Amino acid sequence: MRQALRAEWTKTRTVSGPLWLLLGTVALTVALSACACSVVSCGSAGCGDMTRLSLVGVQLGQAPVVVLAVLVVAGEYGTGMIRTTLTAMPRRATVLAVKAVTLTGIVAAAGTVAVLGSLASGRLLLPGRAFMAAPGHPPLSPTEGPTLRAALGSVLYLTLIALLSLGVATVVRDSAAGIGIVLGLLYLLPVVSATIGDPHWQRLLQRIGPMDAGLAVQATTDIHSLPIGPWPGLGVTAGWATAALLTGGLTLRIRDT
Amino acid sequence: MTAGVATSRSGRWAGPNGFARLVHAEWTKFRTVRGWVIGTVVAALLPVLVAVLAGVSSDQRGSQTVPVGPGGEPVTDSFYFVHRPLAGDGGMTVSVSALSSSIPSGPADLEPGTVPWAKAGLVIKQSTRQGSPYAAIMVTGGHGIRMQNDYVDDTAGPPGPASAATVRRLRLDRSGDAITGYASADGTHWTKVGTVHTSGLGPAVQGGLFVASPPAVDGRGTRGSVSTAVLGDLRGQGNWAGGDWTGTQVGPESPTFAGYPRNTSGSFTGAAGRLTVTGAGDMAPAVRETLPTGGTLGDLLTGTFAALIVVVVVGTLFIATEYRENLIRVTLAAAPARSRVLLAKAAVLGGVTFVAGLAGAAVAVPLGERLARSHGVYVFPVTASAELRVEFGMAALLATASVLALSVGTLFRHSAGAVTTVTVAVVLPYVLIANPFMPASVANWLARVTPVAAFAVQQTLVRYHQVTSNYTPYDGYYPLAPWAGFTVLAGYAVAGLATAALLLRRRDA
Repeated sequence: MRQALRAEWTKTRTVSGPLWLLLGTVALTVALSACACSVVSCGSAGCGDMTRLSLVGVQLGQAPVVVLAVLVVAGEYGTGMIRTTLTAMPRRATVLAVKAVTLTGIVAAAGTVAVLGSLASGRLLLPGRAFMAAPGHPPLSPTEGPTLRAALGSVLYLTLIALLSLGVATVVRDSAAGIGIVLGLLYLLPVVSATIGDPHWQRLLQRIGPMDAGLAVQATTDIHSLPIGPWPGLGVTAGWATAALLTGGLTLRIRDT
Repeated sequence: MTAGVATSRSGRWAGPNGFARLVHAEWTKFRTVRGWVIGTVVAALLPVLVAVLAGVSSDQRGSQTVPVGPGGEPVTDSFYFVHRPLAGDGGMTVSVSALSSSIPSGPADLEPGTVPWAKAGLVIKQSTRQGSPYAAIMVTGGHGIRMQNDYVDDTAGPPGPASAATVRRLRLDRSGDAITGYASADGTHWTKVGTVHTSGLGPAVQGGLFVASPPAVDGRGTRGSVSTAVLGDLRGQGNWAGGDWTGTQVGPESPTFAGYPRNTSGSFTGAAGRLTVTGAGDMAPAVRETLPTGGTLGDLLTGTFAALIVVVVVGTLFIATEYRENLIRVTLAAAPARSRVLLAKAAVLGGVTFVAGLAGAAVAVPLGERLARSHGVYVFPVTASAELRVEFGMAALLATASVLALSVGTLFRHSAGAVTTVTVAVVLPYVLIANPFMPASVANWLARVTPVAAFAVQQTLVRYHQVTSNYTPYDGYYPLAPWAGFTVLAGYAVAGLATAALLLRRRDA
């Protein structure tokens, strides 16, 4: 296992793609968060959840994470490297496990930087939008309970999205199809649920969608009116990731390369 | 020797016949890869599926009927009306010495505010029935004197507000179907504002004073307002019924009426010499914000977005797979004119996607409309030609996006980067404009310059200058005209294709 991990880490470290994608995650997350914080317009009813607003970049930053995670396995299929890998490590469950562990590590590291950067941009930019003048809007602080949960949850969310992508890519063995499926799954359900007229169906879709449910963890206000609570929501995303990884592991085991 | 080979090779693929062969070769590649065919079928089915889901999941049966104007469009027909019957031809004059509006600033308090389209004046209306024809002349809060009729028509008169210092006098005459409005500053010199022809008024009409006060835009939403006007010197000419003036709130239960702010209501006090009339609502076409429960064809076609992602994946793979399997070397060896290979690929991919998209739209639009209507949803009306434009527009949007994906795939020579680039280029602006909290300026800018501008082909709503509202892509109003928006996407696709052709020629395979 140790050697397998080392081998996987060497593969990740020695090509330039993963590093660029992780930098892309950080850059896109912070950039979108900063944009959102600097253009937000507030009606008389207030601006809503500031923590969530300053973490909105995660919705975009997850795209490079998806690409990275899909390429970790589909890239090997694309180049034929997978045969070498499986010859060297005949225990296929181990192969998937070390890929998952390596991926978790690097995505969590990049995710932490991205999330802290987003919160910092919110802390810097939101006062300029006349937020702090109103009472009940203290500056964002990552050590405060709900904001800490949102920050930690966002990092976990990115990690779970990576694992979901890894599982899907292992099943489809093709990078374009894998990326298309995961991005479709993430971005489509919110758009579709917005057109659903019946609030009951709408809430149901928001409860089961990996992005809608998982990002509930970013909420810090009005938690009781959300379709799903912060941690149960992240649990739904975890369920998606687990199911994808299990299916991936199973197909990897029973299929020829 | 070499020259001979080159001639025979280029001869085989040259000319119109040669291009037809190239297209045939690419078509054979496309139809024999199962995944691409399945992807195309899925792209056609997704809009249908989402349209069915959107139709079936909504339930508005039993909701109030939406008032419809003489032109068939949904309207707001709710205002405070001080009226009497008028038989046959006749007219009336009135002076307006004040029009002030109030907007609620909190749960209980009203504050004076500006409502540019607050209205007070004279109206001749077939009856108090919802959506009945009318013609009116009025003083507005910020747009001077206007003459309006049948909800959608608006004619500008002399500018300036009404106040005690600048009393505005209005006159409205009926002669058959022709109604003429006049304005005057002194009561002796009258300026004609306009003559309108309103059919269907009938012999006996309701005529009198009205006050309306549409909701005021506040950030991304609206707040109901109320306006009060002081009117005087009310005189009638013609066969007016005797008796007192009747005050009626027209359309109090209409779904297009936001109601009065708390603790206010419509009323009139005083006599014909000096009347104070308070009212809310509007006599105008309904827009998305005044009728939020209404559906549009664009809503029903949300599945376009799903189909778009599938089409992008298939389009990218159509070229990236050639690079991955090294088939590109065989392809380019067989047809050395590289730009023509790319063109043939674009023709096949675009053609197939167009047909699939058109099939999907042709089923999704009528089916979704039918299901939504049968579940009591009011669907904003569209002409047959606009419906056709929406369907062909969706097919063209998908086809063009697939060509863009093909071009980016050729640039990257790698499916992962290309799929992500194109998906994010389309998805991100779409997600941003679909966010109700996006400021209108940013959303409109995105819908002008990014590939999502092409979603304007699905626009079926009409903006009215005489209705203040948030006209944003989120509400179904795009800043560009349908085909102009499509041209933005087409521009990206053409630029992408040209760059791809250039690089394909200059690069090694």
